[in-house]
Amino acid sequence: MTAAPASGTREQPTRPPIKNRKYNRREALAGLAFISPWLLGFLIFTLGAMIYSLYISFSYYNLATNTAVPAGFANYELLFEDPKVMLALGNTLFYAVLAVPLELIVALSLALLLNSVRFGSGFFRTVFYLPKMTPAVATASVFLLLLNGNQGAINKGLALFGIQGPQWLLDPDWIKPSIVLMTLWAVSGTMVIFLAALKNVPRELYEVAELDGAGKVRQFFSITAPMISGALFFNFIVLTIAALQVFDQAYLLFYRDTAMAAPDASLFYGVYLFQQAFRQFNFGFASAMAWLIFVIIMVISVIQVRLGNRFVYYESER
Amino acid sequence: MVTTKDRVPAAAGELTDPTTPPPPRRRRRIARGDDAPLSTGGKVGQAVRWVLLIGITFMFMYPFLWLLAASFKPRGQVFDNRLIPLTWQPENYARVFDELPLLNWIGNSIYIALLAALLVTLSSSIVAFGFAYFRFPLRGPLFGLVLATMMLPGAVTLVPQYLIWNNLGLVGTNVPLWGANLFGSAFYIFMQRQFFLGLPRETFEAARMDGLNYWGMFWRIALPLSVPSFIIIFLFEFQASWNNLQAALIYLNAGSPDQYTVPLGIASAMVKYSPTAGGHGDYQYVMVASLLVTLPMLVLFAFGQRYFIQGIATQGRKG
Repeated sequence: MTAAPASGTREQPTRPPIKNRKYNRREALAGLAFISPWLLGFLIFTLGAMIYSLYISFSYYNLATNTAVPAGFANYELLFEDPKVMLALGNTLFYAVLAVPLELIVALSLALLLNSVRFGSGFFRTVFYLPKMTPAVATASVFLLLLNGNQGAINKGLALFGIQGPQWLLDPDWIKPSIVLMTLWAVSGTMVIFLAALKNVPRELYEVAELDGAGKVRQFFSITAPMISGALFFNFIVLTIAALQVFDQAYLLFYRDTAMAAPDASLFYGVYLFQQAFRQFNFGFASAMAWLIFVIIMVISVIQVRLGNRFVYYESER
Repeated sequence: MVTTKDRVPAAAGELTDPTTPPPPRRRRRIARGDDAPLSTGGKVGQAVRWVLLIGITFMFMYPFLWLLAASFKPRGQVFDNRLIPLTWQPENYARVFDELPLLNWIGNSIYIALLAALLVTLSSSIVAFGFAYFRFPLRGPLFGLVLATMMLPGAVTLVPQYLIWNNLGLVGTNVPLWGANLFGSAFYIFMQRQFFLGLPRETFEAARMDGLNYWGMFWRIALPLSVPSFIIIFLFEFQASWNNLQAALIYLNAGSPDQYTVPLGIASAMVKYSPTAGGHGDYQYVMVASLLVTLPMLVLFAFGQRYFIQGIATQGRKG
């Protein structure tokens, strides 16, 4: 996708050309034996599970008796009747639209900054990576207080600049930005991918551009951007899928305590699905919900791939 | 199903961009070997960048410092935002073990994470070797399926997987938190296969001549050579398992708190000592616990940093 990596990732050279189409029986059996753990897992935990899920989504499932009663399209009709489904979907899409571009911008900016210092970039990279290593529970337990509207450190910090910070966790308009903020704190995984892509941009390109009198901005858009477009595209897709499945932060900040009422603005799709499945045990409805988000994610991914094909510059396919 | 793999051939025809002719391959390798960053700006430019970086470092480190300070504070001062506690209360670190079954949680999490990481490393490597070395019918399409499962949203299989474990009578045990790792995991299979493909095939042919069987080729030759990628997979999965809140919520929440893992335990402690509604307000214990369960990850990173970075960079290249 990006500039072809050094060793290990190119496929063809090590494989001798296939002379005849017949397989060596012994070799083929051994190969199948080696992949059998995955094959078994795929048939049970992925394919089998998906078929089962489809079946359950057309049923009322009773966990106590482990029986499924046919329900026709009732669960799917309920998707449109239950206002919370659309609320959760709207919240989740809004969050994704807010979070993904910000994550890309912040990660790329940090990577560009790290890539442009002469020394010390290794140290800063380590520091920036530490939040990524922090368990979500620890992050949430700290940010719960940092984001407190009255005493939280973030608003105290803003006050130093004369800015009156919002009620991050109470004001419905600020709940999603709160979660975005936590996500941005741990954005370094994305940054590392950008950094690796930037390191692969040949320096001669910049030297030539310099001779031709191209400025920094021009260099970024004419050289850097196309050369890292593969990494950008990859991050775009992965972050979008992750954002549409956000769960941990929302659960920890707003839903950890079942006795506490959570604001509507914090109801994300993943959280509502979890509640329906494992708090209410509405397995049929939860499965229908799962298929809805599956279709939505697939549609979004296909659109992204189509767009990507238009804009991404694939050096390795030359 | 769409995979990142699918689009590459499709794009092949349309990637020619006349404004930026790619350089010849030979020169590029030289350029990549040159590790010095592309420096821009003179001394002033570098100084400005350093000031910026130090400022950002403070922002990234602040929550850690805040947590460290809060973990030493007495009850009433946890929220005071001082980075140096007004009153030091190191006893928090002893009392937390009386307040919460933290040792159980850490023990459970270490057990599960070790098992999960070891199993997935081994199983993924076995499968990857199958895809890398042998020729068999449908190998291409099957590997395509491996890649496709990487894009599958977890939500679709959440309920049926629960029912599988439920039918096996294993809900309430920690088996569902590591059991599926017996069957390999798509991304690790992909990564390990790439690594195996990079090994010279002659090594294996020579071993074959010496009478080593297929398993011996994997166990005695491929595995010892792939220790670095083994470590990457192990570390990634260990971290993922250590962080896994949702599975613990699904499979262990109804059981005794002694059975909890770290994420589930701390989530429950956040309820018990809630800073807002009705709890005891002894939030300093949540802070101590949060710090103690973060430390192992930071230590892991300190020792395995280059593996983590390498693994992440590999992720960016797939496709």
